[in-house]
Amino acid sequence: MSGVRVLVGTVKGAFVLTSDGKRKEWKVEGPHFGGLEIYHLKGSPADPNRIYASQSSDWFGQVMHRSNDGGKTWDTVGNEFAYDGDAGTHQWYDGTPHPWEFKRVWHLEPSLTDPDHVLAGVEDAALFESKDGGQTWQERPGLRGHGSGPNWAPGAGGLCLHTILLDPTNDDRMYIAISAAGTFRTDDGGKTWRPINKGLVSEFMPEPTAEVGHCVHRIAMHPSAPEVLYMQKHWDVMRTDNGGEEWHEISGDLPSDFGFVVDVHAHEPETVYVIPIKSDSEHYPPEGKLRVYRSRSGGNEWEALTKGLPQKDCYHNVLRDAMDVDNLDPCGVYFGTTGGQVYVSADSGDNWSPIVSDLPRVLSVEVQSLS
Amino acid sequence: MIRVVLPYHLRNLAGVGKEVSLEVEPPVTARSIVDSLEAAYPALRGTIRDQTSLERRPLLRYFACGEDVSHRPDDEVLPAAIADGREAFLIIGAIAGG
Repeated sequence: MSGVRVLVGTVKGAFVLTSDGKRKEWKVEGPHFGGLEIYHLKGSPADPNRIYASQSSDWFGQVMHRSNDGGKTWDTVGNEFAYDGDAGTHQWYDGTPHPWEFKRVWHLEPSLTDPDHVLAGVEDAALFESKDGGQTWQERPGLRGHGSGPNWAPGAGGLCLHTILLDPTNDDRMYIAISAAGTFRTDDGGKTWRPINKGLVSEFMPEPTAEVGHCVHRIAMHPSAPEVLYMQKHWDVMRTDNGGEEWHEISGDLPSDFGFVVDVHAHEPETVYVIPIKSDSEHYPPEGKLRVYRSRSGGNEWEALTKGLPQKDCYHNVLRDAMDVDNLDPCGVYFGTTGGQVYVSADSGDNWSPIVSDLPRVLSVEVQSLS
Repeated sequence: MIRVVLPYHLRNLAGVGKEVSLEVEPPVTARSIVDSLEAAYPALRGTIRDQTSLERRPLLRYFACGEDVSHRPDDEVLPAAIADGREAFLIIGAIAGG
């Protein structure tokens, strides 16, 4: 019997939501780590019972947890994230040099094949990895040291490495995204990196088409078409067909092309989902209507998905790591809001319902499809 | 034995009650207490002080015999009542946040 497990990180703990393949009846477990911010949880594709969790707070700093039983019990693992060598400086908000300082782990990306191998995207932006199940962490310094690092500047949420995409067809290729530096690619397993931001235009920058400095909110890939990436930039929804060599805009007829999330249907590489947000000054849905927009043509033509979603007086946001899909048939789509709702659509977005309505502010949503 | 009182979340993280007892070699200082605490409960590493700089996290304070000793040198010898366990060394989290 197939099923799904939804891992939800919130500002007051982690929740684990489970259901069978129908995705109608849900069991809610949690909060785990009650009262503490859980930025992200993610399970290993190689062993779904191995789950990693990032806990971060201003009081107690970064703490890492690992579960070996699908989130029922947790062990604390290593939390020392030391930059490689002389950390150097990046730009501060006012343009002055600022020392690189570790603050938190934003995103965890377990290896596709080894449950003990996991990557971590952190603030201040860098890529770390553990090969011993999270006990120890080492920086992969090629990214931060590739040359443009001193020019990176934080977005409003901090200088965060928030997205890591592994190419399932090429062990040496990986993509990451940083706010507000842009998107980067390695073709040699992380030894060397280069920015891949050609085609991005950010009007808030002195040089709108600069090589780095773009506030990329999220990128997404379908595993069967790893050369095609979709991006929700600060403003603009973008697409590349050649691994980031060049991007073009696919915002088309969206009511707003500001937003945070973007994701791809599990079985249809040209079906894309975004949730438009009114503006960078007004982080809530346009007209108070919470609408997921779906394109079945890889962008430009979008349809509003509204059935089951609040269509008046809704002023929540959906943060960048708070949308995911399952790989059941039909594909399930999930997202969490800053108002504490986690919504599911078990039919690719046509109909929606809340799994839970009163959680704390949702920071991340990850879905595991279980056989 | 040195007695140490931990804030709520650190008790949960270490899997202990409100107060723990530690063997600490003299001289007993804030540094030696936290060193011993982290050695006894590795899950607490990095939660009270930064692992690299060893600076106390800004939203935590140390109290000894009713006095805030947070801003004193970490190697300053603490009162005898802390060293002989008559008084507990308090690690207190800021009452703040939503």
